[in-house]
Amino acid sequence: MKEKLKAMKAEALKELDAAANLERVNEIRVKYLGKKGELTGILRGMGALSAEERPVIGQLANEVRESLEEEISGKTAALKEAEKLAKLSKETIDVTLPGRPFQIGRRHPLTAVLDEIKEIFLGLGFEIAEGPEVELDYYNFEALNFPADHPARDMQDSFYIDFGVLLRTHTSPVQPRVMEKKAPGIPVKVIAPGKVYRRDDDATHSPMFHQVEGFIIDRKISFSDLKGILLVVARQVFGEDRQIRLRPSFFPFTEPSAEVDVSCIICNGAGCRVCSNTGWLEILGAGMIHPNVLKMSGYDPEKVTGFAFGLGVERIAMLKYGIDDLRLLFDNDKRFLTQF
Amino acid sequence: MRVSYKWLKDYVDIPVSPEELAEKMTMAGVAVENIEYPGRALDKIVTGRIEKILPHPNADKLVVCQINTGAEKLQVVTGAPNVREGQIILLALVGATLPGGKITKAKLRGVDSFGMLCSAQELGLDPKNFPPDQQEGILEFAPDTPLGMDARELLGLDDAILELDLTPNRADCLSMVGVAREVSAVLGTELKLPEIKVSETDETIDGQVTVTINNPELCGRYVGRLIRNVKIGPSPGWMQQRLQAAGIRPISNVVDVTNYVMMELGQPLHAFDYDKLKGRSIIVRKGQPGEKMYSLDEVERQLTPDMLVIADAERAVAIAGVMGGLDTEITDETTSVLIESAYFNPASIHRTSKSLALRSESSMRFEKGVDITGCLLAATRACQLIQEMGAGDVVKGAVDNFPAPRENPVIRLRPERVALVMGVEVPRNEIKDIMKRLDFGVTEEGSDFLVKVPLRRGDISLEIDLIEEVARLFGYNNIPTTLPEGATTEGRQTAPQAVTDKIIDVMTECGLSEIITLSFMNPRVFDLLNIPQDSTLRQAVTIQNPLSEEQRLLRTTMIPGILDILSRNAARKNKDLAFFEVGRVFTPLRGEKLPRETLTLVAGVMGKTLSGWRTKPDDMDFYYLKGVLETLLDSLNISAYDIIPETGNSTFHPGRTAAVMLAGRKAGVIGELHPDVAENYRLNERVYVMELNLEDIIDHAGGIKKYSPLPKYPAVERDLAIVVSGDIPASEINRVIRKSGGVLLESISLFDVYQGEQIKKGFKSLAFSLRFQAPDRTLTDEEVNAILEKIQSALQENFRAELRA
Ligand SMILES: [Zn+2]
Repeated sequence: MKEKLKAMKAEALKELDAAANLERVNEIRVKYLGKKGELTGILRGMGALSAEERPVIGQLANEVRESLEEEISGKTAALKEAEKLAKLSKETIDVTLPGRPFQIGRRHPLTAVLDEIKEIFLGLGFEIAEGPEVELDYYNFEALNFPADHPARDMQDSFYIDFGVLLRTHTSPVQPRVMEKKAPGIPVKVIAPGKVYRRDDDATHSPMFHQVEGFIIDRKISFSDLKGILLVVARQVFGEDRQIRLRPSFFPFTEPSAEVDVSCIICNGAGCRVCSNTGWLEILGAGMIHPNVLKMSGYDPEKVTGFAFGLGVERIAMLKYGIDDLRLLFDNDKRFLTQF
Repeated sequence: MRVSYKWLKDYVDIPVSPEELAEKMTMAGVAVENIEYPGRALDKIVTGRIEKILPHPNADKLVVCQINTGAEKLQVVTGAPNVREGQIILLALVGATLPGGKITKAKLRGVDSFGMLCSAQELGLDPKNFPPDQQEGILEFAPDTPLGMDARELLGLDDAILELDLTPNRADCLSMVGVAREVSAVLGTELKLPEIKVSETDETIDGQVTVTINNPELCGRYVGRLIRNVKIGPSPGWMQQRLQAAGIRPISNVVDVTNYVMMELGQPLHAFDYDKLKGRSIIVRKGQPGEKMYSLDEVERQLTPDMLVIADAERAVAIAGVMGGLDTEITDETTSVLIESAYFNPASIHRTSKSLALRSESSMRFEKGVDITGCLLAATRACQLIQEMGAGDVVKGAVDNFPAPRENPVIRLRPERVALVMGVEVPRNEIKDIMKRLDFGVTEEGSDFLVKVPLRRGDISLEIDLIEEVARLFGYNNIPTTLPEGATTEGRQTAPQAVTDKIIDVMTECGLSEIITLSFMNPRVFDLLNIPQDSTLRQAVTIQNPLSEEQRLLRTTMIPGILDILSRNAARKNKDLAFFEVGRVFTPLRGEKLPRETLTLVAGVMGKTLSGWRTKPDDMDFYYLKGVLETLLDSLNISAYDIIPETGNSTFHPGRTAAVMLAGRKAGVIGELHPDVAENYRLNERVYVMELNLEDIIDHAGGIKKYSPLPKYPAVERDLAIVVSGDIPASEINRVIRKSGGVLLESISLFDVYQGEQIKKGFKSLAFSLRFQAPDRTLTDEEVNAILEKIQSALQENFRAELRA
């Protein structure tokens, strides 16, 4: 019987080795280890054995069974693994094919820049105010210290709607509007983004464009604070290594007034075509709020001071994205809009 | 203002280069926009004398000249018509680069030529600035001109012209002396004002001219000086060169002097031919109705009572400060000249020059305000120059009508206020030094300064004006950089701003790109959009002075703007367009000065969604845009809205348009563009448009969404398919299901709509997926079936709906 068992095991192992798939392995298991399998058949002859032989053969039969079971499960695992690998290899796809396109719209670059600016100022504790686009001459000029009939009004060629009513030429009228509401409350920290209008239409001027006005009124606001805020803004908009430069200028509603330049974002100050070889780009106008403006809108200039600035959104968008033609911003070509 | 660096040096020490000066002035507030080097190109051009002229052996029109340049003798072939032996001319040497090209050694018809004799044109100069006989041929110079002299030096072109971009407050810099004062303040160098004195004849002006000012509010001062024995001729070369550098064309000695003094001192002067003034009188008055006068440019001018004029006893002889009259003009026959030096009201001059569309160097200066204290000095300076050039004798004395002389203002300047405004402590002595550099009078009172400001600085009347002077001369870039102290504040947006941002987010997430169009509207669009004649949309805010007819109105609807953009893109073959814009529309309000400005959203789509090798494109149709609308309203937490058919809107397709209703009020429209309108905009695809009043949307936008607990018990889902008449709106069926389903009906979702062969003609099949749920238990089949039966019978009752197997 010993020989029979050994022969059976050898035969089973041979067949197992040759088995190419799981069904065959199962057949082999049934053939040798099943209820009606060969091992059972052999063991049926155990009754003829002596009492001494029986445990020896029994142990051997168990060993054969265990070893075959182990082989079968090993073979099964190997075949499963091989089948899985074969399946995976058959499932290979061309990962270089493009993905499914999602239709995502884009913000207009002016809105994107405006959002960025708003975000910066919200972080600095400013609130956002708005004013009408059709404005009273009073707020657009008079309350901003433009004397009636002063040639300075020539600087702003306006669209008139009616006597004393015009399309606002800057976002500055939001200053007196907000001040009238808040006076004498402090601190006032406001930005006012919006559309403005001037009678100009050529390659570098659009009759409608966007500005952001900003101003602070408090007990001890100084020109050095203005420089500080503008430096923060210039760096957040154009990058941490920017410098700013202030040149004295004139606006009726601020004094002292300044034109503010940022070190050129293209050449870093070395001089290039964009900055006309000066190394500087003019980005905004600013200054200390004129005492007359504070007074007209209800603040005592002996008690509070303030600064104000106004920046052109188009100019910043053009510099930031390297757009060289203003008209593209209002042309709204799909091929342009989807770049942002 | 064009400032000659060379001329400027007459009045102030300038120890720096033109470039450095420009930088320093710019950083102190007088911006130098550009520096022009008029002689930069004129290298290797020198004076020479024509020693001998020989005919050219091979050409009739050419001659061969022997020229002595002092350093060498050169042979030059020329075709110039006006060459003469002994002439002093300018010779461009071999190697010189002229506007016409480089000069090389040449052989002209077989004769060697080493250079070129120069005409004005060949030097790039305006021939009209030279004597008539030299305008065609070569330039000729005085016989005592040194040989070998550089052309730049000879022509006064060894100079740099600083072009100032002056802010309107700095009228004081509209003169050489004014700029010199500024340079002196900026550099701290010495000012060298011209010495103004004149030797007068025994004849006195008394009784020869009377000056009457009828409107002292428009003419604050009028000075007249008289010059006899005037000999009109050209002004000296140095004066002509300076005028040219300043951009003024020389005319004659007397006129040139008036211009020269204007450039030098900033005071515009006018010269009358004294003998042509009637009644020996000057009357400063307003124009009379119907009054006319020929101005110097030979145009007949209509004078009005809005204009200030200078008149003699009989008629107007000049438009005050703007332009003189032809009748009293200086001519070659003039022998007596009356010099006018006056102060006119800036606003009045501005109005007059604007209404006559006449702007001159003179009116520009009066408009900005001249120095009322300098009138007499300027008149005397003109007399001095005319006398010094031997062109006339100056009569003793002046007529000076100065109705209300003004005192120089004295302004208190507090050093602590300077520190507060600038954010930096400027030492007292530095403040004082800056005031002195500006030539302002300074005295001290306690810790304050009392500053006496000359009237030439009309921009300075308040303490803040002085602080600005301190700040700019201290240097903006020497002021430190700080951040504001004081209470911290919270940045915030208003609810409408936050909602607007959200709307832009949702629209872009839905696949539409943002556009920005101008707020103007062409009156023609009402017809293009088929808007009825009586529609309120036709009542628009009108711009009085639009740039063009197309921009005459402010938009009352955002639809034309987006249609223009769709049309423009379609014309450029850009396909599959999905755009939106957020902006304001303007509605005039009766009895109000300002219109109502309504924040509005417009969206427009045409074509298909994106497609790919695994993605089928979808039509961007009505339901696409409606999906965007529903997503938008849902994101804003607005659920109480209705979208109902709208048929009367002539801009839209009558069967494919809906009104968006919020709380019973129409807040917008969505639909397919009417084919006629699409054709008007040259859009040959179906276009879907929606327009929403965002003020209404903002009013209804919900706040933060409240959490509802997740169900503890499973839901039961059932499908329900019915067949109803084709004209019953889905929303009606939905409403009946909702109502009859009761509280346990958690949600309804329409998943199929079918019309076709398997259904009766004129009928449609709708299939809903219904979801039932109870918060406290698992629903039994019996419960759900009972509700379903109730729903079915309600549908049967209301719509004669049949169940579809
Ligand atoms: Zn650059």
